[in-house]
Amino acid sequence: MMLQFYSLLAVFMLLLTLSARPMGAWLAPLAAGQVGPRWQTLDAALLRLAGIRDSGMGWRQYALAVLVFNLLGALLLYALQRLQGLLPFNPQGMGAVEAGSAFNTAISFVTNTNWQGYAGESTMSYFTQMAGLAVQNFLSAATGIAVAFALMRGFTRRESTDLGNFWADVLRVSVYLLLPLSLLLALVFVQQGVPQTLAAYSDYSALAGHAQTLALGPVASQEAIKLLGTNGGGFFNANSAHPFENPTELVNLLQMLAIFLIPAGLTHAFGRLAGDRRQGWALYAAMSVIFIACASGVMAAESQGNPLLAALGVDGSSGNWEGKEVRFGMAASSLFITVTTAASCGAVNAMHDSLTALGGMLPMWLMQLGEVVFGGVGSGLYGMLVFAVLAVFVAGLMVGRTPEYLGKKIEAFDMKMVALVILTTPALVLAGSAASVLLAPGLAGLANPGAHGFSEVLYAFSSAANNNGSAFAGLSANTPYYNALLGIAMWLGRFAVIVPVLALAGSLAAKKTLATTSGSMPTHGGLFIGLLVGSVLLVGALTYLPALALGPVAEHLMIWAR
Amino acid sequence: MQHVLSGSDTHAAQPAASALWWPAARLLLGLTLLLGLVYPLAVTGLAQWLFPAQAQGSLLQQQGRVVGSALIGQAFSKPGEFWGRPSATASTPYNGAGSGGSNLGPANPALAKAVAERIAALKAAGPLPAGPVPADLVTASASGLDPHISLAAALYQVPRVAAARQLDAGKLAQLVRQQALVAWFGSDATARVNVLQLNLALARS
Repeated sequence: MMLQFYSLLAVFMLLLTLSARPMGAWLAPLAAGQVGPRWQTLDAALLRLAGIRDSGMGWRQYALAVLVFNLLGALLLYALQRLQGLLPFNPQGMGAVEAGSAFNTAISFVTNTNWQGYAGESTMSYFTQMAGLAVQNFLSAATGIAVAFALMRGFTRRESTDLGNFWADVLRVSVYLLLPLSLLLALVFVQQGVPQTLAAYSDYSALAGHAQTLALGPVASQEAIKLLGTNGGGFFNANSAHPFENPTELVNLLQMLAIFLIPAGLTHAFGRLAGDRRQGWALYAAMSVIFIACASGVMAAESQGNPLLAALGVDGSSGNWEGKEVRFGMAASSLFITVTTAASCGAVNAMHDSLTALGGMLPMWLMQLGEVVFGGVGSGLYGMLVFAVLAVFVAGLMVGRTPEYLGKKIEAFDMKMVALVILTTPALVLAGSAASVLLAPGLAGLANPGAHGFSEVLYAFSSAANNNGSAFAGLSANTPYYNALLGIAMWLGRFAVIVPVLALAGSLAAKKTLATTSGSMPTHGGLFIGLLVGSVLLVGALTYLPALALGPVAEHLMIWAR
Repeated sequence: MQHVLSGSDTHAAQPAASALWWPAARLLLGLTLLLGLVYPLAVTGLAQWLFPAQAQGSLLQQQGRVVGSALIGQAFSKPGEFWGRPSATASTPYNGAGSGGSNLGPANPALAKAVAERIAALKAAGPLPAGPVPADLVTASASGLDPHISLAAALYQVPRVAAARQLDAGKLAQLVRQQALVAWFGSDATARVNVLQLNLALARS
């Protein structure tokens, strides 16, 4: 079983590494705000159609544009859910989504979290799925990528206030990148068995003798962007564990690759823009090291099985099967679990609530690290770059030199923004979890007793504030309390990070770029990769180990001590 | 001085926020039209043309009547049929319109209780081989619609099905092995069987 896992992991990393370069080549001109000569006529026509003048924005204007665009997006998505009973493409006659749930879902999809407080097949009309949820799958991804572009421009432009044009960035990313990739992937998914129809659910008398109603819909088109945009909000309640969302081993592999594809490509695009591709590969290497270690840990934990069930006469040698699908087994489930939480995707092909104690802790911790191990599309790169600035700052303190990254001097204002980014999400996670285990409406949602109940709450806030969206789904989170609190955590976890990132970008763009001297610390070698990995892990460990000790660690000791 | 500063800082100068609402709204609606209607409808058209069977849910027929989907499990429960995995879907097991798992944590006493009951039900239904119970046969799947069981879980049920149908157990085991699908990089230990397909093959034989 371990051999099977490592073979799969090797194939996955090989395909990912091979695709990073072409994806980077695709992304780099977009990141530079350029369009190839053959596309300029189409580009000009599209901009004119959208009424956009491609003029540069300063960081404040860029940030305001992000906020206004996403606020409008949330309002539209809320309205679509509330009015879906009056709108077309609703063969099952779904009525209005309840207000609290619609609020939570609107924020969830706009912030690229895609926390699912609802069950898709019994709540959402086809119209809401297509024109509401799937559209935000595209646009929240495009927003994240645009912000990453702005930060890349901050590092690579000199004495400039121009971070690019947000409208043009969103339009180009959506139309030239996400749309063609989604179209291609959706068709492969259909060929493999993912449904794509506007017809009503299918009713029949099953061979087993009972009646069966089969939920269908335009699944493949939504599934493709759900993964490419690291969104993760499923068409169905069971998400990528549902055989209609993820029917085969091939689809499962493509889903995992689709999640990491753009985040990996962005590291390479960053290297290209910086004029030194090794800078991109260094980030890629740091991400890969953490990812491979965590994936191996999840697999080791899940293949241990559950000793409490083995005591009842269950074969423990095949692993922990509760909440997993047979077509994926321990290997493909463990890999998917790690991919989806390393990236801020949140699609699940196994039920995370039923993972072993340590197998559930690692995905939680990956989210708590700030979703920088590949991370969300765009947000992974800008998060990792913030840690890179922290790493050179720490290194600068150690040798007593002014820290620099890519020739940009890191000064007080920059470090304040870095600190804001790094401290915002832990504050949301820890305060939210603490409040919820003290307040009655928070405790009312727990499905499992003991330490695992605390893990459910900690996981929920880690997932929401870091915009992941996966869940220990036993938690009854579709209540006024959790809909409101998690909604706020998602919104602040997204935009209270994006604004300081853009401020950092603006500050960096305005600086001179210093020439590299023999005194500059290289940021492409093994030493820097080690420093970067160390910074990420140290911040994550210091912030979260006490909370993790109360949840998964306590649970693990309880299970294995008997 | 103030004037000079703002002059060199045109981009960063505060624009009226209201100047942003109109382009935002126009872009949002335009992209909703393209990505929310044109794209999914184009995929639907192409899918229905290229892969109609899959696009409609990979439905299986027996004597001209739809009896299930090749991708979705069913609640088999007769001694003469192979059983699928326990299902925790909403309201009834294998509810195709209410997917989901149990979400029971590993140390939850409710999990151990459910598993013990399932083992008892297996023992009550007919003869079983000696040795531990295959784990996937007594634990709920993630979707509640898992169409597969492990090869070990299928072989584990052979004595019961053979007794109920008065078949030769060796021949039945052979039929099961014919249905086995090998996982990528896997062995017999990770092979699986589609329960509906196996029961259809059993009905044909």
